[in-house]
Amino acid sequence: MKRATKCLLAVCTVICAGIALAQQPWQQVPIPPLAKFTPQQPTRIQLPNGMVIFLQEDHELPLISGTALIKGGSSSEPAAKTGMMSIYSGSWRTSGTQKKSGDQLDDELEAIGAKVETSGGVDTTSASFNCLKENFDQVFADFLDVLEHPVFRDDKIALVKRRLNTAISRRNDEIDSIAGREAGKLGYGKDSPYGRQAEYWTVAAVTRQDLLDWHKRHFAPNNIIFGMVGDFDSKQMESRLRDAFGSLPKGTPYNPPQIPVPGPKPGVYLAEKTDVNQSEIAMLGVGIRRDNPDYFAVRVMNEIFGGGFSSRLFKNLRSKQALAYSVGGGIGAGYNHPGLIDISMGTKSASTAKAVAALYQQIDDLLNTPPTDEELKQARDSILNGFIFAYDSPDKVLGEQLTYELYGYPKDFLERFRDAVDKVTSADVHRVARKYIDKRKLAVLVVGNPKEFDKSLAEFGQVTKLDISIPGAPPGAKPAAAGQD
Amino acid sequence: MFRAVRFSLSLLLVLLPAILAAQDVASFEKKTQVKTLTNGLTIVVCERHEAPVFSFYTHVDAGPAQDPKGATGMAHMFEHMAFKGTPTIGTTDYAAEKVAMQKEEDAYLALQGERFKRVGGDPKKLEELEKAFLQAQEEADKYVKKNEFGEIVESQGGQDLNAATGEDETSYFYSMPSNRLELWAYLESERFLHPVLREFYQERDVVFEERRMRTDSSPIGRMIEQFLATAYAAHPYRNPNVGWPSDLGSLTRTDAQKFFDTYYVASNMTIAVVGDVKPDEVFALAEKYFGRLPAKPKPEDLHTVEPEQVDERSITIPEPSQPIYLEGYHRPDYRDPDDAVYDAISDLLSEGRTSRLYRSLVRDKKIAAAAVGFTDFPGVKYPSLFGFYAVPIQGHKPPELQAAFREEIERMKTQDVGDGELQTVKTRAKANLIRGLGENSGLAAQLALAQARYGDWRELFYNIDRLQKVTKEDIRRVANKTFTATNRTVAVVETVAPPNPPGPNGAGGGL
Repeated sequence: MKRATKCLLAVCTVICAGIALAQQPWQQVPIPPLAKFTPQQPTRIQLPNGMVIFLQEDHELPLISGTALIKGGSSSEPAAKTGMMSIYSGSWRTSGTQKKSGDQLDDELEAIGAKVETSGGVDTTSASFNCLKENFDQVFADFLDVLEHPVFRDDKIALVKRRLNTAISRRNDEIDSIAGREAGKLGYGKDSPYGRQAEYWTVAAVTRQDLLDWHKRHFAPNNIIFGMVGDFDSKQMESRLRDAFGSLPKGTPYNPPQIPVPGPKPGVYLAEKTDVNQSEIAMLGVGIRRDNPDYFAVRVMNEIFGGGFSSRLFKNLRSKQALAYSVGGGIGAGYNHPGLIDISMGTKSASTAKAVAALYQQIDDLLNTPPTDEELKQARDSILNGFIFAYDSPDKVLGEQLTYELYGYPKDFLERFRDAVDKVTSADVHRVARKYIDKRKLAVLVVGNPKEFDKSLAEFGQVTKLDISIPGAPPGAKPAAAGQD
Repeated sequence: MFRAVRFSLSLLLVLLPAILAAQDVASFEKKTQVKTLTNGLTIVVCERHEAPVFSFYTHVDAGPAQDPKGATGMAHMFEHMAFKGTPTIGTTDYAAEKVAMQKEEDAYLALQGERFKRVGGDPKKLEELEKAFLQAQEEADKYVKKNEFGEIVESQGGQDLNAATGEDETSYFYSMPSNRLELWAYLESERFLHPVLREFYQERDVVFEERRMRTDSSPIGRMIEQFLATAYAAHPYRNPNVGWPSDLGSLTRTDAQKFFDTYYVASNMTIAVVGDVKPDEVFALAEKYFGRLPAKPKPEDLHTVEPEQVDERSITIPEPSQPIYLEGYHRPDYRDPDDAVYDAISDLLSEGRTSRLYRSLVRDKKIAAAAVGFTDFPGVKYPSLFGFYAVPIQGHKPPELQAAFREEIERMKTQDVGDGELQTVKTRAKANLIRGLGENSGLAAQLALAQARYGDWRELFYNIDRLQKVTKEDIRRVANKTFTATNRTVAVVETVAPPNPPGPNGAGGGL
């Protein structure tokens, strides 16, 4: 019986090989063409005072939400006040307004299941709301009040500062928070607005007046992009918003900072943590900006190298060598500054050096040989067949448009992306890998317990020990009372 | 019943009736259908034609509570194995691979037999057996097409391919363009019709790395493991989901196959599909593909019931990290009539800046950076815990948090909650339900869980309805019943100097 089966298979293989590559059963499952789908684009309105508004109707659920992005964020906060944007956004909404205290707003909004919140980012701060359609009038009035008339109360500022100081005091507790922070500091530089960290004294240095001044300087219609999505009529909403925002006077246009990203100083960096049995490893370098014409090939390269289940890092370092549970990475791409090359994994302490060598090997392979046709097809198919998920809901489409508006990208960037990915070749992938990844320029970060390492990291270069202890006072200053409000 | 409750509350709920009219169970009746195949597998389909995509959620009613004795971590280990393919996916030559895999397994069992000899073990023989096993493993590995299952899903546009092992169940999910519905039905059914547990021992090492990441190398992970092992004496909720290291290091493919044969039967599986699909089409494909799974009886449920706690339990964990406080009280499982009362208490204590614990511990007493009360920990299917968790701010210590928690608990026991406060809880629950309905993958998970747990997806809505009936008296009664000293387990992370020489040695990762 066994023999017979084998024979049958052999015959089939011979015959099939002549016709085409043997089709696997899954390939015989019919796939009809995808229904034509044109994502609904939001309406863009620009008010005479410069404010840009996007309205996106979505009538599926009786909900309305909106976000105002205000240009200017932590990338332009003063270094001596690092953390200021966290304090600003953390106390903005919670302080409330002249009319209503933050606590009163909390009570009123929670009672109707609504939210008005503020948050801070690298390039923007934002205020947003989310409510049932019925409550729109009330919630929108509160939202406008918060947006335009913040008060920044001392008790709420103190509350955020307590939290930030607590976070500083705990920043060495979990290994992933050490790895993430040190990677940013190494990759961008410890003084870069993209890499630096808040300290007790930078938190203490922030005053209420700083927050009021920031709001005054940045809150101007010509610095705001406002997006709304939900169950409303765009025409009616437009006139409502013109009434609400039309009379705001223009302010000084926001001038984004120019922040150089020179890249890490190459070498091996070790942050010691003794209560772990697994090391976090990251290889870091300078990535690219998203408006770089190479971005599309880089995305395909990332997919092949360190994307999902089918990536080389996953297949070789996880499935085959069983060195890691978490492994991945590639060349990062920012909208207005280069992202970081970040190739990382977690491996048991006793295989740390082996894992570093294995990552280098994967990088060598990437640089030495172009991807195979199968790899290229796999990566392109994954991106293109899954492309529909980039815009399968009205709020995703809105989110894309807000981002493109903020960073000055063409509004059809997504479509351009798809077309460009379709044309990426194996040679393109190989070219960009070689152009942007240079092993000699990478910084290798290891956070872990060196006593349990399999080998010294010195074989990979000069090892610099990172001091991750938490300073109570700035270098050279006399110690201050850490973490007082 | 649903309707009656709504009307009785309608004076208070000035803001909600219109919403509910649009988003209640009746509106979902129109777009949701359920069917049980003859083999016992249940499919829930919900139409959402917003975009040509769909998501699914496969719920298998087996989790770590079903791990065999001495084999904690098995349910989770199997979850990993469900990505390894089938006789036609993941292999270059299954006939030959099967033979090689059998040799590998034989070699492993021989090795393990020698390793666990209590007396008369022979180190030299062990070494030989290890060598033989590694060789057999390498031989079997030659036939493996690494991750082909995931590769197919991803190349066909699949998104967020993943799986999860909760305390109570194992679930599998991803999203796909809707023209791949039939391909999905094929792939998902093949995976559970005849999974091939290839690369078992390599994957076991991957799971060890997962354990190191989530538990061994994380103070919070270590605390939770110790806390549950303290709070439970008999029930498997005392065991870590990922397995105790010594168990994990001795799981075998043979046992994993047995686990699959017992628990991955059609009658133990519920699948929800949500998105741009037609129920008739999904049901027809389900018959064609999932109908191939053999009909077997649903496995018997776990018999172990956690005995009543007789006195307070506590554990102090010395750590080089900053302090954390956690306490928990036993509560009944999700079928208990008071289930919704626990939900209300959790919301009242923890949700947002109006919550009692935020206002007391974070805002007013200024002793915590975060403080919450939460229910259903670590699961819902069996009697679980209601927990209180807080992170002290600098300079403050766990005893202060404990005192503040007790004060809030006492308040709940002795004073009625305010009408407005309780109403906020109810309103918020409804708003949150609605917010969860506009997204395929989340909705698929909720429908599958409701269908699997209650035998009816509508319970997703009825749950909120039950919450609307919770009274102030209920809250006092349940607080008094539950939050007692003898029903309590406390875990405190206390800061000590970092270990030197090094700490946990991560318990040998198998081979």
